[in-house]
Amino acid sequence: MSTPAQHSIETRDLNLWYGDFQALKGISVCIPRGQITGLIGPSGCGKTTLLRCFNRINERYGDVRTTGEIDVLGQNIYAPEVSLIELRKAVGMVFQRPNPLPISVYENVIFGIRVHSERKNLKKSDLDEAVEKALSEVGLWEDLKDRLNVRATSLQLEQQQKLCIARLLPLKPDIILMDEPCSALDVEATLHIEDLMLTLAGRYTIVIVTHNMAQARRVSHECSFMLMGEMVETARTQDLFLTPRDARTADYIEGRYG
Amino acid sequence: MFEISAHTRRKRRAELLARGIFLSMTLLMVLPLLLILGFLIWKALPILSLDFILDNPSKGMRAGGIWSPLLGSIYLVFISLVIATPIGVLAAVYLNEYARESWFTRVVNLAVVNLAGVPSIVHALFGLGAFVLFMHIGKSILAASMTLAIMTMPVIIASTKEALASVPISFREACWNVGATRWQTIRHVVLPNSISGILTGVILQVSRAAGETAPIMFTGAVFFKAIEEGNLFAYGLFDQCMTLSMHLFTISTQVPDVPDALPYGTAVVLLGMVLLVNAVAIVLRVYLRSRKKW
Repeated sequence: MSTPAQHSIETRDLNLWYGDFQALKGISVCIPRGQITGLIGPSGCGKTTLLRCFNRINERYGDVRTTGEIDVLGQNIYAPEVSLIELRKAVGMVFQRPNPLPISVYENVIFGIRVHSERKNLKKSDLDEAVEKALSEVGLWEDLKDRLNVRATSLQLEQQQKLCIARLLPLKPDIILMDEPCSALDVEATLHIEDLMLTLAGRYTIVIVTHNMAQARRVSHECSFMLMGEMVETARTQDLFLTPRDARTADYIEGRYG
Repeated sequence: MFEISAHTRRKRRAELLARGIFLSMTLLMVLPLLLILGFLIWKALPILSLDFILDNPSKGMRAGGIWSPLLGSIYLVFISLVIATPIGVLAAVYLNEYARESWFTRVVNLAVVNLAGVPSIVHALFGLGAFVLFMHIGKSILAASMTLAIMTMPVIIASTKEALASVPISFREACWNVGATRWQTIRHVVLPNSISGILTGVILQVSRAAGETAPIMFTGAVFFKAIEEGNLFAYGLFDQCMTLSMHLFTISTQVPDVPDALPYGTAVVLLGMVLLVNAVAIVLRVYLRSRKKW
């Protein structure tokens, strides 16, 4: 990681099998730093699988085999010296259904810090500061500053999802992976999360998997279209939607299938 | 308009009949339980008192109380759970949280299921062979407790696994994605959210351990033994002991001229002990449940 790579994530000829089923076929893609990259494609095309490769969380879900290379911030993440714990600290993930832990808002935000530091090195003032900073960054501080001790699972869904994003921030991640982060939310909340993503872009590289093409168009700077485990096309978002190079991309964004 | 047709009337009759059958079966199930309880208590009433609980049996088991068998049962249940719980719970954590599906886990799971189905007399023979004779522990509270532990462990593993599996996977994902290790995930998230289920499963094994006669008959229980009355530490680990279940068997079938109330009193105390523990389990469960919400 000596020279800062201009790409946050780069894969080369990435193949992945679940048992005998090949879910990813020869994926080579570059994800630019500090931007929002959308992954679109019909159900089962492998976009969530690809997302889960970027912090190697796939390996926790059972029988997974991969070949090829993934560089995150210029570092090959399959290199033997890579610690999954450090990798996941730098590459956090947000899920379809908000998944706050059934503990207080405060404890949710500092959960990552607690996991990564010795108990005796934690100072109350540092933790308080981290909570305020993270919650402010996602726009929850004003709403929740007097309710830090309420159980996170009792919040509204939108707040829960923002909290799940805030939970990653104290670890100072470089990349935030989002797996259909709005599909459990209503229109209004979706809009708020999208706004949040746009304010977070720049400081963080964001990769978002979405079913919703309009959403990809609204929030992403670059967009990749996947089909049946293959990467069909990657381009600037407006180019992909206006002048797709591949006929399959054109058919998908026209709504002829998927 | 909307008048009832012959077909609808038949359907309604079938509906009433079905409901009646289900209800009566439910009552049929509850009734014997209430009858048994009522009958036992009514028969035991003349003898139930604090002295009955705190006195040793006397006059060749034809008088006195049940102190030494009661304390023996408590020892066996307690020690067997102290042995079985850590092994069972930790094994279940491994199987549910760490182990991948493989021939090894399949064999272990199969063994757990089958071990749970082994008749208790077989456990008794195993305990006799392995602990009493081979390990030279001798007939003792320790050997009997270990035998009971072997008997209850598979069920504890099964119930713990179930409790662990009921913790939503999304909680684990949340942990993994901030870089928590498996152990941190288990300690901070999985265990706190499954502890009520685990405890309930363990406590329900009290009734099994307290009720079994066969496994302890060969491994540590004796016909008669007097101990210091009122002293909770009257038994040592390597002593033999009396137990309620065995005592009940003895005075009901092996000793002539036992006054009627004596076995019934013993049965009521055994049942009361089990019900008390189960009630504690339920209260604990309700309490722990009320603290977690998702």
